[in-house]
Amino acid sequence: MRQLNPVLVEKRTNKKIIINHIAKGLFLSATLFALIVLAILLYRVCADGIAFLNMDFVTGKLSTDPEKAGIFGAIIGTLWLMLVVAPVTMILGVATAIYLELYAKQGKVRDFIQMNIGNLAGVPSIVYGILGMTIFVRTLQLGNIVLAGGLTMALLILPITIVASQEALRTVPNYMTEGSYGLGATKWQTIQNVILPIALPGILTGAILSLSRAIGETAPLVVIGIPALLIPIPGSIFDKFTVLPVQIYYWTLDSTMVREYANLAAATIIVLLIVLFLLNATAIFIRNKFEKTFD
Amino acid sequence: MSDKQWNVRELMKQETAIQRWKVKGEKMIPTLLFLFTSISILTTIGIIYILFSESVHFFREVPIWEFFTSTNLKPLSENPSFGVLPLLVGTFTATIIALIVAIPIGLMSAIYLSEYAPKKLRKVLKPALEILAGIPTIVYGFFAFTFVTPMLKHIIPGLESTNILSPGIVMGIMIIPMIASLSEDAMNAVPTAVKDGALAMGATRLEVVTKIVIPGALSGIVASIVLATSRAIGETMIVTIASGSTKNFTFDITQSMQTMTAYIVEVTGGDAPAGSTIYYSLYAVALTLFVFTLLMNILANYISKKWKAQYE
Repeated sequence: MRQLNPVLVEKRTNKKIIINHIAKGLFLSATLFALIVLAILLYRVCADGIAFLNMDFVTGKLSTDPEKAGIFGAIIGTLWLMLVVAPVTMILGVATAIYLELYAKQGKVRDFIQMNIGNLAGVPSIVYGILGMTIFVRTLQLGNIVLAGGLTMALLILPITIVASQEALRTVPNYMTEGSYGLGATKWQTIQNVILPIALPGILTGAILSLSRAIGETAPLVVIGIPALLIPIPGSIFDKFTVLPVQIYYWTLDSTMVREYANLAAATIIVLLIVLFLLNATAIFIRNKFEKTFD
Repeated sequence: MSDKQWNVRELMKQETAIQRWKVKGEKMIPTLLFLFTSISILTTIGIIYILFSESVHFFREVPIWEFFTSTNLKPLSENPSFGVLPLLVGTFTATIIALIVAIPIGLMSAIYLSEYAPKKLRKVLKPALEILAGIPTIVYGFFAFTFVTPMLKHIIPGLESTNILSPGIVMGIMIIPMIASLSEDAMNAVPTAVKDGALAMGATRLEVVTKIVIPGALSGIVASIVLATSRAIGETMIVTIASGSTKNFTFDITQSMQTMTAYIVEVTGGDAPAGSTIYYSLYAVALTLFVFTLLMNILANYISKKWKAQYE
């Protein structure tokens, strides 16, 4: 019978431990790599843009002169766009989530709708742009106005809003709904007075996060045909408009001709990232402050 | 006495009427909600109908075999030719570069987060990675065009100012969080008991990772890669900005190549009159793009469903 050789075993174990340590270092540096790139990206954007970022830039009108150009129109355009996107996607998203979670019978129809929503979430945003261009801009002849862009964006983020709302509705504990039924409330009364109030923070968090997706999205609007021209500041949802990411796009493209346009693009990116950061912070705040947990 | 009786009866009648209305209202609610739900189905139908019906116009003028086999894409020349191959090559070159960057880094991050990272560090690293996923793609496009390309030019002198390499790399960075977070979920689903059992037998962490965690989480890992591929294929702004609009049929990654998405942006941005062949080519390209991403998503779904529940 062979005896264990402790020296040999120790040798092998030590080797394994060393390899494990090397691998650990490798895995950690891979994780840090992505974060370092993120840091470089943020640093570059700030370094390029910060000098151009001042009150005149935020409140100024668009101009071909980099010294005078401002993004007030794009900020207002983004606001108008959200004014269309937010209510449309909220109403459709929450209604669909309520239907799927609380009314639809388990079965093939429900599975089909659910699968369809999953697939819609994976459709590239540019395809939504084509849908919007064909239906809203050309067929309904709305032209490239806020309403057309807003409806397109609302459809784009609808799947995310639905799924987030569904998850929020699922957190409502069973005994709360059963209790409501037990007191004689009808189904809709239960939804209105028990389920929705409990699920609201979760629904709002999801809605804000999907809105921030819409704020940063560029491709569908470029397809719809937001021109690179100087557009007057929009005053209603029936006006032509431009938004922050589209402005970044055109300035980046034109930076080969006028160098300062790259700085303008960077300054606009800073504004866009600040807006997104504030939205995300709001979402996290709502989640932490109002979400109740039931065990 | 009789007056009061009459009153109660009347009140009951009134109450019943109100109740009936309420019941009627309640019965309408599912129908109303279903109408809202149908919007998402109509969206799908709308996308498919538009892409197919407009592509039919295109394929009447350009034979379908020419579209898929011709290596020439010259929509604006006097003798226009419409071959989708240059766009397909551009799309898949960019996607492959992105995957070469994202798969190793994404998987290693997932392994570190799920197996090695101390709890406190994990709580910091995970949200930080999610920031990367929340950055708009236009910002990545700007980064690729104004920073990565000039930097790469120092290493590769022959690099054009628009090329497929730089947006490919940046797209890879964009999809790292996707692969990392979905794969990490799959790795976390491998029961701790199995991992601890292996550790107790004297296996190192690395052996646990290679022999237990990765085989156990393989379906989730593959699904995350397929989803990330689909995302890269459909990505628009990074390639539009940083790879230009040269419709080369080439495999040289230092050159400008156009992807399907970038072509769509170029055509819609120009003044292609509705009804022209260029205008309809938009839908044929979009249909190709849609079919590819849809197949990828279905495949990812299938993989994660088929091989799930190994431990349940």
